[in-house]
Amino acid sequence: MATLIKERRIVDEPSPPPDLVVLQPTDDPAVLAGRLGGPGAQIRAVAVNFPKYADGRGYSIARLLRERYGYTGELRAVGEVARDHLHAMAQCGFDAFQLRAGEDAQAALAAFGDFSESYQATAARPQPLFRRRA
Amino acid sequence: MYLYDHIDQRLVDERVAQFRDQTRRFLAGELSEDDFRQLRLRNGLYVQRYAPMLRIAIPYGLLSSRQLRKFADIARRYDRGYGHFSTRQNLQLNWPKIEDVPEILAELATVQMHAIQTSGSCVRNITADHFAGVARDEIVDSFVWCELIRQWSALHPEFNYLPRKFKIAVSGAVADRAATLVHDIGLHAVKNSDNDVGFRVIVGGGLGRTPIIGHVIREFLPWRHLLTYLDAILRVYNRYGRRDNIFKARIKILVKERGVDSFREEVEAEWAHLKDGPATVVEEEVRRIEARFTRPHYEKLQDIAYPDVKTSFTAWRKRNVHPHKQPGYAAVTLSLKKTGVPPGDLTSGQMERIAELADHYSLGELRVTHEQNLVFADVRQAELHGLWQELRALGLATPNIGLLTNIISCPGGDFCALANAKSIPVAESIQRRFDDLDYLHDIGELDLNISGCINACGHHHVGHIGILGVDKNGAEWYQIEIGGNQGATRTGVTPTGEIGRPLHASLGKVIGPAFARAEVPDVIERLIETYLERRDSQAERFVDVVHRLGIEPFKQSVYGNPDQRTTDRRRALAAA
Repeated sequence: MATLIKERRIVDEPSPPPDLVVLQPTDDPAVLAGRLGGPGAQIRAVAVNFPKYADGRGYSIARLLRERYGYTGELRAVGEVARDHLHAMAQCGFDAFQLRAGEDAQAALAAFGDFSESYQATAARPQPLFRRRA
Repeated sequence: MYLYDHIDQRLVDERVAQFRDQTRRFLAGELSEDDFRQLRLRNGLYVQRYAPMLRIAIPYGLLSSRQLRKFADIARRYDRGYGHFSTRQNLQLNWPKIEDVPEILAELATVQMHAIQTSGSCVRNITADHFAGVARDEIVDSFVWCELIRQWSALHPEFNYLPRKFKIAVSGAVADRAATLVHDIGLHAVKNSDNDVGFRVIVGGGLGRTPIIGHVIREFLPWRHLLTYLDAILRVYNRYGRRDNIFKARIKILVKERGVDSFREEVEAEWAHLKDGPATVVEEEVRRIEARFTRPHYEKLQDIAYPDVKTSFTAWRKRNVHPHKQPGYAAVTLSLKKTGVPPGDLTSGQMERIAELADHYSLGELRVTHEQNLVFADVRQAELHGLWQELRALGLATPNIGLLTNIISCPGGDFCALANAKSIPVAESIQRRFDDLDYLHDIGELDLNISGCINACGHHHVGHIGILGVDKNGAEWYQIEIGGNQGATRTGVTPTGEIGRPLHASLGKVIGPAFARAEVPDVIERLIETYLERRDSQAERFVDVVHRLGIEPFKQSVYGNPDQRTTDRRRALAAA
């Protein structure tokens, strides 16, 4: 049983959801377009796999799912997911994190608070800092 | 200087806290060597040949005297009392302790400095024209745009794990003093016929193992679209850049493999979704950044006409003093290329003296150039003589800017774990050979660049003469290239700036088999003799002659004529 963080809490999940769609970094999220948001939405849980610690493709895939295809369901990061990834992954639209084996989930929760702001427009904060700066 | 507001400061402070915790976990054995490597690189920390190396960002090369004093202090307390200015306008400390680095970063944060993204596969420090804001040929003051890009790139959540490092250079003048054609992205700030600011976007240039001159993918990108367009380029690269082979992972390979036109189409297709979205730059933000820059208050002065007499001061003024857009002012290059001192190195004591001089002579600010020198950008012409005397006492007035001994050199095998060969002793042996100032001035403008390995940190591909250290069966050898050129750096003083001006950079060609270190000064001397014999006039530079005649006459002067070479080769083989 892998450790799962959802809504910033550690949750028990005996087995992954049966309807979880898993995307690999080489997959184009466009193939799911039309089934992700709006009235035709059928997909409720998408996982994006991170095969390596430093493989950054999944961050772009997440933003595309959220910002381009209007996906609002669960977006789960799986694979080599570690504490020090969590803040950026959350910025890009992930809301569930299946930590790799050996990660201290309790300690990892602190990572969401690593930064209080971001300069960029992100899935989590669509307006960049410069449009919010007083 | 751009002055941080409370949010800029908080982000840097939070980064320090994050890295402090990461370092603690690593030292406690909670974080593996491999994971920590990714994290420390993104905070500028390398593990080098003899010790760690910390690379501190100097955003677009702009620095205050207060920050320089802090560097001096840090170098003295945490290192061996000196620092090295790199070709990417950064400062490197060669001997810090890993456990001290969080504290060093915390101290840097107190003067609005950091080491964020100075290494690792992410967007690196933005580099720029060291005469931005003061150059006579300037079209657009590029610093405001550099700062906008700095903020966009800092901690970008989507682009922190790119296929490979990513370097952006910005130029806003007619001459290109930022080597924009050999960067992952080069931006030329220009104006269209309506006087609106925009950017010529160049992608896929680079040095290293596969040197390539960048391609223009957009002639004029209106400033509002700068960040969305950068997002589009980076997203295409992040998703499709090669991750299977580190030597083919830079964006230049993606552009080459796809072809410029189809790469451009991909970027434009991605951009179509982002264009006019929330990341579109707004005028208030440009004004806000502008207002946070300290600006010099110039006095109304007249240009001074100096007599053309043959003195040391004149020699220095001609080489190291540069025209300024403001009458009565000048920009001054402090040469960090004195013979016997590793190019780009300064001691803490020198840094402190320079900080004092910057306060007195140049409004408390200075710049770092990609040629590893420093610049005082706002010096009153009336004070040039006084400044020259002070600099001379510090060994920083060598009148060699633009000349052969102004050598760009990486730290090489003396420090760097990647190097195949040493660079610094080669630079020194060449400087010693060409120590006659009159001869040096007669040779005229010449860029000589040295890299200790194929990663090309010393920009050898774009040196008029480029030297590359190579390893042959464990021995150090040096390959020599001629005819490279980083762009129209010192020409083009006419501030026209019309769109579509020619792009001038070129890559050097290897002249033949490599040499032992002791042979290098002789080879350079032969190349120079050939140039002097063949040049039409003093106005024709070394690189111009190479372009006019090709490399053959130079090759012959070094290796003998082709018949002779064949005979020698046969004899060598027969004797073997």
